[in-house]
Amino acid sequence: MARALITVPKAPRRGEEIEIRVLIAHPMETGHRVDATGRRVPRSLIRRFTCHYDGELVLAAELHPAVAANPYFAFYTIARDSGTLTFVWQGDDGFARTESVRIDVT
Amino acid sequence: MTGRRHALRIGAGLAAVAFTRRAAAAPDTLAGAIAAFTGGAPATAGGVRLEVAALVDNGNTVPITVSVDEALARVESVAVFNERNPERDVVRFVFGPRAARVRASTRIRLATSQKLVAVARLSDGTFRSDTVDVVVTLAACIEGEGG
Repeated sequence: MARALITVPKAPRRGEEIEIRVLIAHPMETGHRVDATGRRVPRSLIRRFTCHYDGELVLAAELHPAVAANPYFAFYTIARDSGTLTFVWQGDDGFARTESVRIDVT
Repeated sequence: MTGRRHALRIGAGLAAVAFTRRAAAAPDTLAGAIAAFTGGAPATAGGVRLEVAALVDNGNTVPITVSVDEALARVESVAVFNERNPERDVVRFVFGPRAARVRASTRIRLATSQKLVAVARLSDGTFRSDTVDVVVTLAACIEGEGG
């Protein structure tokens, strides 16, 4: 199972702008590389990443082979209410991963 | 008109159509990829910013950040394109209603020194762009061999 690292302030002040940073372990195989025996390494990418805050979209990203291995994203939201951030990664070969992080505003 | 001549004419016509289409929006060129994103509309320089180091040591993981001026109309999405990787698309961001501002960072691969272009689609249907030249000293491994 791919490892995902998510960094979010767990107890921000209400109305504070917070940075969300996410990284997931994935080779992002481009399909352009050739292995030592001359065979093309088949493409295997994460194609899509989304982050929702209580069901409302924060950020969606469409990934192409030029995104580096272990895709990393940093972006911002306003901690309006206590709630849940939901992160979803989807990719080739049925790759799918969902993570949630609880935020409690103070 | 003989059947053969007719067939030749049709063939020539088809070839001409294929050629002009390719010239108009070849998706394998930087301009073509941007035109495909904007639907052929022009992208005005300014208002959007693509931050990336001008000199990159390691093309395998290059930090980039896209952002836009606060004063701009609502930004729907920002796409990043490259000039000389095997494929022109890099990444596309859609900023939802809960995004605090239009700013996102990621890490990308660069096969060689080249231009990068960020294009923002605004809610009024216009496009803004920023172009950056990047020099890469160690290229991303595209053809295999080594790490």
